[in-house]
Amino acid sequence: MSWLGHGTQRAGKIVWILALAFLLVVPFVGVYPIFVAQALCFAIFAIAFNLLLGYTGLLSFGHAAFFGGAAYVTAWLLQAQHLTPELAIVGGVLAAAAAGLVIGAIAIRRQGIYFAMVTLALAYMLSFFFLEAPFTGGENGLQGIERGKLFGLLSLENDLALYYFVLAVFVAVFLFVLRVVHSPYGQVLKAIRENEPRAISLGYNVDRYKLLAFVLSASLAGLGGALKVLVLHLATLQDVRWEQSGEVILMTLLGGLGTFAGPVVGAFTVVGLQNYLSDRAGSWTGVIIGCIFVLCVVAFRKGIVGELLAWQQRRAKKP
Amino acid sequence: MTEIFGVPVQALLGQLMLGLVNGSFYAMLSLGLAVIFGLLGVVNFAHGAMYMLGAYVAWLGLDGVDLTHVQAGSQVLNLGIRFHFDFWTALLVGPLVVGLVGVVVEKLLLKRLYKLDPLYGLLLTFGLALIVQGVFLQFYGSSGQSYDTPEALSGALNLGFMILPKYRGFVILASLLVCFGTWFLIERTRLGALLRAGTENPSLVQAFGVNVPLMVTLTYAGGAALAGLAGVLAAPVIQVTPLMGSNLIIVVFAVVVIGGMGSIIGSIVTGLVLGVLEGLTRVFYPEASNVVVFFIMAIVLMIRPAGLFGKEK
Repeated sequence: MSWLGHGTQRAGKIVWILALAFLLVVPFVGVYPIFVAQALCFAIFAIAFNLLLGYTGLLSFGHAAFFGGAAYVTAWLLQAQHLTPELAIVGGVLAAAAAGLVIGAIAIRRQGIYFAMVTLALAYMLSFFFLEAPFTGGENGLQGIERGKLFGLLSLENDLALYYFVLAVFVAVFLFVLRVVHSPYGQVLKAIRENEPRAISLGYNVDRYKLLAFVLSASLAGLGGALKVLVLHLATLQDVRWEQSGEVILMTLLGGLGTFAGPVVGAFTVVGLQNYLSDRAGSWTGVIIGCIFVLCVVAFRKGIVGELLAWQQRRAKKP
Repeated sequence: MTEIFGVPVQALLGQLMLGLVNGSFYAMLSLGLAVIFGLLGVVNFAHGAMYMLGAYVAWLGLDGVDLTHVQAGSQVLNLGIRFHFDFWTALLVGPLVVGLVGVVVEKLLLKRLYKLDPLYGLLLTFGLALIVQGVFLQFYGSSGQSYDTPEALSGALNLGFMILPKYRGFVILASLLVCFGTWFLIERTRLGALLRAGTENPSLVQAFGVNVPLMVTLTYAGGAALAGLAGVLAAPVIQVTPLMGSNLIIVVFAVVVIGGMGSIIGSIVTGLVLGVLEGLTRVFYPEASNVVVFFIMAIVLMIRPAGLFGKEK
């Protein structure tokens, strides 16, 4: 048990409280709040993905469909239906949940590598829908979305108000996933990850557990996408493409698969790196991301947080 | 003019032919994926990038690669090499180059992952695909380059009931030949027997004195070379772009899920049939032609999750 992996221990709590305190004061220490808010959206996306791969052992290669799909629905609800932001987000999340239910139900009929290929193919199909559908603006996507007023009262056009709203949602998602993973339900998910036939023989309806995990993960991914619309004022095709699905895998892997802090660290690293590189490396960014991907898989499979944990355990063993 | 279901026969046959051409590419690519997966347990996401690489080798060959004045920083290097080759040479050079890339990838990277979950192989090759695609986008942009059909195959044959562009006929014949050649190699020769034995139990085959690591490297290179050959063959019928592989590989994955990766013949037949079905959809309901393969995949997963030719574990 160690501080990065578990939020229950005292040292762990201190680290998390420090991190939260840092996020609370970030806008006042000269960091651009929109950048952090954007990273938080991707962190939610990566947390959702980690729930599926890290704790259930299912590699979805189509999670961008839920992230980007919810973004489109939220943007449309805000722009064309003039809903308040919280209702638009709920609409986006529900759409992602529905898509997750359909894609998940089809994909869990195969395991392992086939599961990855099926989710990739179905998500690709969905990206055609978002390219062709009449309400998505084709190649241009939906732009110039107004954030509106939260509950009709608090204007989110103020960047600070928006930042704290996104931070609040992020903390809620984090605590929710922490709760899920530590619940009896989460234990069954881990049992499925470790040994599926055994979980079946113990009498668990594995398919139902997996499907629920998939829908949960898709909904949370959608929540990240919906928030991103508010942050950046747009929903684009880029968010539903397979490259985006790959990116969330990279975030989770780079940060540390199956750890709580991993996806958050990974999301901040990748988003930060992209921001940093887009000015300096321009279109080489994709190549650099690809190289990090390869390096991660070949030599750095535990990820940043995973390596820290392993280092801490090695140190603890020494007298 | 004769019509079937309100569609002129000529147009129908034309689309069928185009479907068969696409199906040939699906067949060659899914065949390579299946062979690699069989022995290495790796789903090669870079297969699309290798297909694209093959097409670019052909295109560069025709365009001429001039390495007599290479700008390296502020210096101009003279490597004294100048390539220029036509389509027929490209049919050899393309697979060779891509196969060599395959050797390097296997020796340098994939080799380290065999003891791990097969998902890592997928992730590694995904990263490779991003790199290759990114580099080509950097140098050649995302707009398509066209490749002239070789002179001997330009023009069309009048078969009486339809006009058949010679090159399309050639692609179908060539890919059928390659596919069945591969089938023969794997199912009917001693080398193929070793390969199949290695798929079942690598350590036992190694104990008999067979160099299994070499066999694995050559298998990966062979699968890659098949993708490269498909790329060369595709160059004259489609636009050569850095993105041509990534769009195709997802369709080919769906083909592989439908057919199941268990059988060679299964991959070939599934590829061809899906190409034709896609062609037919383009005639009768064009809006769905991009997604029909995925629909079929969903239906097959509902009815027969292991795939049409797959064996349930």
